[in-house]
Amino acid sequence: MIKVNNLHKHFGKLEVLRGIDEHIKPGEKVVVIGPSGSGKSTFLRCLNLLETPTNGEIYIDGECITQKGSNVNKIREKMGMVFQQFNLFPHLTILDNITLAPIKVKKMAKPDAEKLAMELLERVGLVDKANAYPAQLSGGQQQRIAIARALAMSPEIMLFDEPTSALDPEMVGEVLEVMKDLAEAGMTMVVVTHEMGFAREVASRVLFMDQGVVVEQGTPDEVFNNPKNERTQLFLSKVL
Amino acid sequence: MESISMWLESTGEWISNGIYSTFIVDGRWVWFLNGIKNTLLISLFSVLLGMILGLVTALFRLSNSKVLKAIGGTYVDVIRGTPTMVQLLIIYYVIFAPIPIPKMLVGIIAFGINSGAYIAEIVRGGILSVNKGQTEAGRSLGLTNAQTMTFIIIPQAVKNILPALANEFIVLIKETAVIGMVDNLDLVGAAKKVQSRTYDYFWPLISIAIIYYVVIKFLSVLLNRFEAKLRKSDVR
Repeated sequence: MIKVNNLHKHFGKLEVLRGIDEHIKPGEKVVVIGPSGSGKSTFLRCLNLLETPTNGEIYIDGECITQKGSNVNKIREKMGMVFQQFNLFPHLTILDNITLAPIKVKKMAKPDAEKLAMELLERVGLVDKANAYPAQLSGGQQQRIAIARALAMSPEIMLFDEPTSALDPEMVGEVLEVMKDLAEAGMTMVVVTHEMGFAREVASRVLFMDQGVVVEQGTPDEVFNNPKNERTQLFLSKVL
Repeated sequence: MESISMWLESTGEWISNGIYSTFIVDGRWVWFLNGIKNTLLISLFSVLLGMILGLVTALFRLSNSKVLKAIGGTYVDVIRGTPTMVQLLIIYYVIFAPIPIPKMLVGIIAFGINSGAYIAEIVRGGILSVNKGQTEAGRSLGLTNAQTMTFIIIPQAVKNILPALANEFIVLIKETAVIGMVDNLDLVGAAKKVQSRTYDYFWPLISIAIIYYVVIKFLSVLLNRFEAKLRKSDVR
């Protein structure tokens, strides 16, 4: 579903990604962990071209998205993204936040889009907030809306960029709960997170990144209970 | 005692004569009324034209095209680097000299082009002030760059720049006074017409200074209230 070959990304002289090869299959839940500055977020952002890779290829469903002339917008329709800072549109109601893309991009009729939005709000448990504005919601609620907004485009893949890092501790649970439901429903997910509990419970595969490369990967059991690489051991000894 | 009352009497006479000859004779107050009306109309339509030019220029300057960037940059640079009066004279006596066109329209075009350059910078700042995450969220949902601008960035930018735009209108009311150099249609023109008949500079000029001050004060107070209201709605 996603195939990454020899991915490099430089910011000026700084090499953030130094050759990543990865193959993510449909239905997989890949959790990316690693110290800050290891390139996890950049890797995720390269997947939907929010960052343009310096070198290497990315294939989505067999289509090379890194070559010139590929339709970036079409590719992004297949991938939903959830940000650390939620990035809800503050000037629009919750309902309009969710229906904007289906109406403008998919040309969905407004009543249909609203019906879909209400279903998604039901799914994230926030039906009563449909007419509120983002600023009236708590961080956890905003992030659940952000997930619903991404789901409204019926993506095949969901990307999560540290979705709980900006939340107060007591709100982390509600967001992880929604993500777990999503995982159980069979969504292909790539999650960058510091929530090791979530990684253990939900991941089908854990990637440990450091200094721009994938140092170690495997099932949660392999990575958390039997880390082979020294750097993985060191990192886990600090966070667990 | 007697001399004070005599002085008061003569001063009162001087003021009433001044007002009489400036406003009452030949119904000259109508000139002032027309003058302030034209001043406000020119300022209003100039700021509207300036908003269109400013938005387009700001988008040019923020685009990825080097050509569009250069066009937008040059326009802003030239307009801000030359005196408004010179721009007006060139547009009035050079560009529109061979073409019969209402003088009012020439003024609107001249000041529209002028304020467009300043508004472009206001709009550009407004667009840049919107968090980058908003663009990323829009693009990640599959919206095009243009759709993201139209539905997400510009609506948020507008709210940030509305006070600055209203202020630009107030600035224009003062700036447009130089139109009096080429024509008699605005408030300065009314003063010039009176002065050419009474040979008195004092009363017409003091009068329009007071009129300008009152109008601008009134609009500034309105603007302040409007700003306070906007800020309140931010809390929501």
